[in-house]
Amino acid sequence: MSAANSVNPPVVFTQDELGWVAWIDPLPEAELTERHFAGLVDRARAKSDYFRLLVRDPEVLEARTKTDKDIFYNTADGLPRAERELAAAATSRYNGCIYCASVHARFASTYSKRRDDVQRLLDEGVGADLGERWNAVVRASVALAATPIAFGKDNIEELRRAGLDDAEIVDVINGASFFNWANRLMLSLGEPTK
Amino acid sequence: MSTTDIIDTLAGIEPGSSLEAIRARRAQARENAQKSYLALFEPIDASDFSLLERAAVALFVIGLHGEPTVTAFYRAKLAATAGGAGLVEAIDGAVAGGKTSGPYGAFPAGPLSIENKAGVIYRVSVDRRPVLGTRLAAALEHAHLLVFRPRDAASADMKALLDAGWSNTGIVTLSQLVAFLSFQVRVVSGLRTLGAASA
Repeated sequence: MSAANSVNPPVVFTQDELGWVAWIDPLPEAELTERHFAGLVDRARAKSDYFRLLVRDPEVLEARTKTDKDIFYNTADGLPRAERELAAAATSRYNGCIYCASVHARFASTYSKRRDDVQRLLDEGVGADLGERWNAVVRASVALAATPIAFGKDNIEELRRAGLDDAEIVDVINGASFFNWANRLMLSLGEPTK
Repeated sequence: MSTTDIIDTLAGIEPGSSLEAIRARRAQARENAQKSYLALFEPIDASDFSLLERAAVALFVIGLHGEPTVTAFYRAKLAATAGGAGLVEAIDGAVAGGKTSGPYGAFPAGPLSIENKAGVIYRVSVDRRPVLGTRLAAALEHAHLLVFRPRDAASADMKALLDAGWSNTGIVTLSQLVAFLSFQVRVVSGLRTLGAASA
C-alpha cells in the first residue's frame, strides 16, 4: 500500500490545479525499462505517480493514451476542442470525479473563453442552463454516462437541432465515452489533493 | 479496411457506410481502441490476471450495462475461454443479482454531500462464492463498484483486492479492463444509435 492516504482532499468541484495520490504503489522511476517508456508515450510522464502506476500494464496504457490523444487533440475537423472538453467535464461532473473535472473544466474554459458557464456546470451540476448547444452536449454526455446507458434518438435530435453534424456527434460520443474510462481509473486508484 | 474491428462489429457499422467514413477520420482513436481490447484480452503476460478471470469480469461488467449485442459477444468469449463454459451460468446469475442504475454514491463530506445518492453495495452471494473463488468474487465486487458508484471507491477497496490475492499490477489491469469496457460499450451504443437515426 502507498503511504499516501489522505491529505486534504478537495470537497467541491473546482477549476484549480489539483494533485493526485495513488493508493497502491507506482513503479519506481529507476525500474522503468524501454517497454515501460513505450507505454508512457511521453517520457516526461515518468515523473507522474498516476502514469507510473498505470505503466504496470504498459501495453494497455500506450493504447489508451493514443486513443485519448486522437479523440481530444485531433481537431482537423469535427467538434471544436472546447466542446470535446465540455463533454469530458460534464461526464466527470456526473460520475463524481473531482480531479478529472478540474482538468477538463480548465481546458473547456481556456478554449471557449466561457469560464463562468463552465464554473456553473461545476457548481450547479449537469442541469445548469448553458445555452442550447452546450446543453445538448452536456445532456448527451450524461445520458451516455448513465448505467444502463440512457443515450437515445432524442439526444441525437437535440444535438442536430443545436447544429452538430454526424462527425461532431461522433466526437461527443467518443469524448464522453472516453471519460467513463478515465474517471474510473482516477477515482479508484487514488484520490485528489488540494 | 479490417472487418474485425470490435467496435464496428458490435455497432453494426458496415463497410462503405457514412459512419465508417467518420470513424476513419479518427484512425488513431479507432486503431488504439482496438489495440486496447487486444492488450486486455490477448495480453503478452497474463500472470497477474488470468484470461479466464478477464473473460469472466468482462461478461459481468457488460451484463450490468444490459446491451444485448455486446453481452452476447462477451458471453461467447467467456464460453470459448479455457474453463469458461462452466462459469457462464454463475456470471449470468451474478449479473441478475447486481443489476441497478448508476452512477450513485457519496461525495467527500462537505457542500456536495447533498448530492449523495444511496444504492446497492453488491456482494457476491454465499452460494456462488465456491464456484467463483476468492479472487474472482473480489474482482466482481470491485467491478460493480466501478460500474455503478465509482465515486465511492476508497483505499480500503484496494486492500480488499490485495487481501484476496490480487497483485498491484493485477489491480491496475483489472481497473483498466472495467474502465475500458465502460468506454467500449458506450461507443458501441452511441454509434449504433447514431446509425439508426441516420438510416
